[in-house]
Amino acid sequence: MSLLSWIVTFFLMAGVFFFIVGSVGILRFPDFYSRLHAAGKCDTLATALVLGAVALFGLRDFDWNSFQSWENLRVSLKVMMIVLFVYVASPSATHAITKAAFIVGVEPWEKRKRNR
Amino acid sequence: MERAITFSIMLVFWILLSGMFDFFHLSMGIICCGLVTFFSHDLLFYSRSGRNWFRNMLGFIIYTPWLFWQIVLASIEIAYIVLHPRMLEIIDPRLIRFRTRLRGVLARVTFAHSITLTPGTITVNMNGNEFTVYALTQKAAESLPGEMEEKIERLLER
Repeated sequence: MSLLSWIVTFFLMAGVFFFIVGSVGILRFPDFYSRLHAAGKCDTLATALVLGAVALFGLRDFDWNSFQSWENLRVSLKVMMIVLFVYVASPSATHAITKAAFIVGVEPWEKRKRNR
Repeated sequence: MERAITFSIMLVFWILLSGMFDFFHLSMGIICCGLVTFFSHDLLFYSRSGRNWFRNMLGFIIYTPWLFWQIVLASIEIAYIVLHPRMLEIIDPRLIRFRTRLRGVLARVTFAHSITLTPGTITVNMNGNEFTVYALTQKAAESLPGEMEEKIERLLER
């Protein structure tokens, strides 16, 4: 395998790892707010890693004279735009959900409640 | 000037998305970009403080790699907490409130975004200059506002 394939594989594996951690986190954390931590952060990084791997894979065998290569480059740039969008949208969505829960009055889980 | 730059950015975006270089699609693109520019040319370069837009952009470009690194650290820390067998003993969630020194709208929004993206903290509410932040661990709660606010202030406010 070429160096590019190794890098792409590494990014994909790391992305899948963080997706799994995010899912496990949603199941394991005690309350609404801390679950959003797992959903908001791990998924953002995982999306960036997986889509970055896809964008890199589109650049394999790049040839200045081939039209197909330029089409692949265009697709890679589009994928990177999706990453940019996710990076703006994901924290905004997390914040909006948290704020809504806060206004409605969802009680945060606290440590001392367990000891009472 | 603003209109010309907005129009150019729109057109590059159109060409990138469409990938068609015949007369019909390009003319469509030019008409659409022209309309969008006509209606909303003041959106992209919105700046209440009257500060130079290009300096803001430069600050952004310097700030982004640092933020990305912080996100990687945040995710690793969350992964560690999630996979820890006695997770409930590590975490100690709390709501904290603090006031920020940042004045600009752009700087404040960037700061709120960054808090949500970095280790163990989510911005719950932003009211004027008062932030309400939900922190997952005590360590995360103590790190605010801290280094990030200084960085944003240096890059976007001065």
